[in-house]
Amino acid sequence: MSATTLSVRNLTKTIKKHKIINGISFELKAGEVFGFLGPNGAGKTTTIRMIVGLIKPTSGTIEICGYDVKKNFTKAMANLGCIVENPELYPYLSGTDNLLHFARMLPAVDNKRIAEVVDMVKLTERIDDKVKTYSLGMRQRLGIAQALLNRPKVLILDEPTNGLDPAGIREMRVFIRELAENEGLSVLVSSHLLSEIQLLCDRVAIITKGNIITVDTVESLLSSQEQAIWHLEPYLKGREILEGLTEVTTLEDGYMATPYDFTQIPMWNAALVHAGVQVLQLNRKLPVLEDLFLQLTDTGGAHIE
Amino acid sequence: MNKLIANEMMKLVARKRLLVIGAIVGILVILFTFAQYKEVQTQREKLGTDDWRDSLQQQIIDMQNRLGSSRISDDWREQIQVSVQQLQFYLDQDINPSEPGAVTFVRMFIENSTDLFIPLLIMIVASDLVSSEHTLGSVKLLLTRPVKRWRILLSKYMTLLLATSLIVTMTGLLSYVISGIVFGYHGWNAPIITGFVVDGGNVDTSSIRLISQWKFLLMDFGLVWFVAVVVGTLAFMLSVLIRSTAASMGVMLASLVSGAILNNMVSSWESAKYFFMVNLKLTNYLNGVAPPITGMTLLSSMSVLLIWWAAALVLSFFVFTRQDVY
Repeated sequence: MSATTLSVRNLTKTIKKHKIINGISFELKAGEVFGFLGPNGAGKTTTIRMIVGLIKPTSGTIEICGYDVKKNFTKAMANLGCIVENPELYPYLSGTDNLLHFARMLPAVDNKRIAEVVDMVKLTERIDDKVKTYSLGMRQRLGIAQALLNRPKVLILDEPTNGLDPAGIREMRVFIRELAENEGLSVLVSSHLLSEIQLLCDRVAIITKGNIITVDTVESLLSSQEQAIWHLEPYLKGREILEGLTEVTTLEDGYMATPYDFTQIPMWNAALVHAGVQVLQLNRKLPVLEDLFLQLTDTGGAHIE
Repeated sequence: MNKLIANEMMKLVARKRLLVIGAIVGILVILFTFAQYKEVQTQREKLGTDDWRDSLQQQIIDMQNRLGSSRISDDWREQIQVSVQQLQFYLDQDINPSEPGAVTFVRMFIENSTDLFIPLLIMIVASDLVSSEHTLGSVKLLLTRPVKRWRILLSKYMTLLLATSLIVTMTGLLSYVISGIVFGYHGWNAPIITGFVVDGGNVDTSSIRLISQWKFLLMDFGLVWFVAVVVGTLAFMLSVLIRSTAASMGVMLASLVSGAILNNMVSSWESAKYFFMVNLKLTNYLNGVAPPITGMTLLSSMSVLLIWWAAALVLSFFVFTRQDVY
């Protein structure tokens, strides 16, 4: 079991008697990528801003590598790197000057380390140009370089692939995984893009209306929602039999879905065959996170892409 | 802390703010030098002489004529009476109150820019020192580094003090260098009379002292710097509170301009002297110009400004270290 790098306990935030965040708790381990998933306005960004010290929580505690963000701000922040929303660096300074600016705010970051992070995010060629001439992807990379300057234990990325093209998204994903696996960083990624979280994260917290609904590994979340897909002939008779045995959802093109329960499936199959129904096709289907999300939240996924 | 100040200076220099301010000062000084030069020329033509005594005598006569007019307000009459008595005193002592030369020009320029021009220049820097970070969003990076918030604000405030000193010095240097081309670089030791005590329409000359112009200039610059720091601090506070450069500049500009207007009409509204903006013309106390409200002294004006300064500073730090950043 690896060490806990970030722990959030009973975090709440009340603004004008309105509870924005409603008692959130979770933990991050070293070397894992943790996803923060929820529709817009669910409280992802507010929670992240409380973790990085921009917003003061109404109650609850946040510890980064054992240091309380409120009581021991500088020590906690020394172990943290973050990008909150877009990486808003100074457009009128060059990439180098931007990094130098933030390096000056950290203890013991020398020019060698600056060159190192520039190399890591592959910006060496353009680093002396003004940031206003950078593309969005390059700014995002410079933002990450900035966040990595102090060799953080915890990296927080709020919507890291916002506005990137597919190639950029892929590149970012590979980079984040590398950081977690090779450098042992804990990475907290927030997103409203389900496909992204599914590909990137080890564990995921689903958050809506200021509450965490569930925290689990991506695999176990998905497997609890596995389905068996049936294609039967004749259709009506087959459905009748299955409905007598379990819950059936009718799909398009003459397919139907039942829960996947490997102890029951052979018996259902036998029952069908016994009644003279031909089983043309029987598939096990892992649901995408999207279906799961819609089941868990009652927003109807209005803001989900 | 030095590293943080270096950061702020780097940003200030990269945005070329100081350069713009330098250019503004340069252009204005050139304009005023030319205007001054023209005035000297016309005076010479009118009086047909170079002697300052004649022109001073002429000035006194002009003013006395104006005093004879019945359509003049009481306030204005008092002011003119004071001026006449002062000029007469200069004439009696055989001292030229505006000895030509670059040093005199600098003194005139700095005295006239203390309540509006210099504060405006400071505002250019002070108003967006904090709010630009909010507008840009970079405040989120700045405040999530392992540096306490009060240290970040303090580094910004130190930068403001540095910039203020730079701007005041630059104004002095530029006006000296540029006007010197026309008027010659002399006048450091010209005598200046200070210590007039204005009481109603009368001038009390009992506590008068004669000092060299360079000493007088030094005092002028001290007072101008003090005013600049106070105005800069107020603009800085607005920049923290409002978080928008345009809005904080607007508020500051409105109060400065209102100060200039109020100065001309508040003589009967006594509690107006607690506004910071009617107290900005500190150099007038050295010259013995009647204050806008009777009872105001150099000490009272400086105390009022000091209180505004302290309040602005406390409020800035209080809000900045506590506010939630969205």
